Amino acid sequence: MKGWLVAEIIKPLPVFRLEVKVGVANEILVVLGPSGAGKTTLLQCLAGLQRPREGEITLNGRVLFSSTTRINLPPRHRRVGYVFQDYALFPHLTVQQNAAYGMKRDRYGWAGGLGVSEVLDMLRISHLAHRYPGQISGGERQRTALARALLAGPELLLLDEPLSALDRETRLLLRGELKSLQRRWGIPFILVTHDLEEAEFLGDRVIRLERGKVVAA
Amino acid sequence: MSHGNIIDPILLSLRVASLATLVVTLTGVVVARLMAGRDFPGKNVVESLLTLPLVLPPSVIGFGLLMLFGKQGPLGRLLESLGATTVIFTWWAAVIASGVVAFPLLYQTVQAAFQSVDKNIENAARTLGAGELRVFLTITLPLAWPGVVAGVVMAFARAMGEFGATMMVAGNIPGMTQTAPLAIYAAAEMGDNRTAAVLVAIVTVICFGVIYWLNFWSKHRLRRWARIDEGLARR
Repeated sequence: MKGWLVAEIIKPLPVFRLEVKVGVANEILVVLGPSGAGKTTLLQCLAGLQRPREGEITLNGRVLFSSTTRINLPPRHRRVGYVFQDYALFPHLTVQQNAAYGMKRDRYGWAGGLGVSEVLDMLRISHLAHRYPGQISGGERQRTALARALLAGPELLLLDEPLSALDRETRLLLRGELKSLQRRWGIPFILVTHDLEEAEFLGDRVIRLERGKVVAA
Repeated sequence: MSHGNIIDPILLSLRVASLATLVVTLTGVVVARLMAGRDFPGKNVVESLLTLPLVLPPSVIGFGLLMLFGKQGPLGRLLESLGATTVIFTWWAAVIASGVVAFPLLYQTVQAAFQSVDKNIENAARTLGAGELRVFLTITLPLAWPGVVAGVVMAFARAMGEFGATMMVAGNIPGMTQTAPLAIYAAAEMGDNRTAAVLVAIVTVICFGVIYWLNFWSKHRLRRWARIDEGLARR
């Protein structure tokens, strides 16, 4: 069996200390907590966008970060996908160019062997391939962000409040798709939310984060 | 008023301003990028030094350049040891003077443009496997492009208009180092108002055209992917 993700992180924040120990297998782990609980910081530490003070992060046996051996892989070498809360799409690139940005031809196994058009099809945005992010709806932007992250061939996908900016109808539709997308891709998803109902629907496991600590699993 | 009195200074000014803008753009973009991603002791001092030529009197800059590039100056000696003759009182000195005063305008505008790019968008590119150079070339620079172009245009306009420092280091030699602003000054001084007026008109038209084009361009370019189109695209 693969090692999946094992992470132990200590990072002091202005008002409290983020202290999290977490393991994720081929499943959706939901991190539930109020805003300001350290959820985004946790994701950014896993992605390499912030540096924990202490701890160790391994993904499928690769050490991404280790304070004892002083390893800190930059984000581009981590193979950790990240879907930002505001999607962070490249506004000057089309949907298709956005989706293809992280693709590497020489890396085996990317996107489960799928190409851009197949993934755009799967997410039902292929008709928008030549539009710019400023010209599509919130739900469509979310799908573009998902396509882009998945096409880079991540071994772990992080989603920061992926549904919070969407209207209710789109939210209900997309959360079902997220679940089947994880099953289909077969990589761990870590999804952050403050919405209990969403957490219960999406999470194979739910952990609750408050003031930097896991208070319930 | 002779043909050469008009054409020569205008062509020289265009040549000097273009070359100065080219050099300043290359160095300014690189320096702005290096300064944007870094925090080091003395950063504020360096930033102030880079901006200083914007506020110093041109005569101070001219004097400083004379000291640096003169026969006894460190850069002057360096050039001499490399086999070059002195640049003082050549049109190269005009390029240097224009470049020095234009640099802060470009640097400030470009740096502000880089800083205005959403960090999450750059981070998204990093998580997608892009190295720093690729992030810069494919994300930061295109998104900051309107600001970069604005900086380039302002630097060009400032270089076109350089007067004080140029006069000190390049002199006012007709046909050699006499740029349009210097020719206007010389003509007015000699009471040749016709020549001065024609030169003033040409310089004004060039500068107006450049600024007009910039405004026109940035509006049209921004429209392409801005959310202005959103309403149109919603089905």
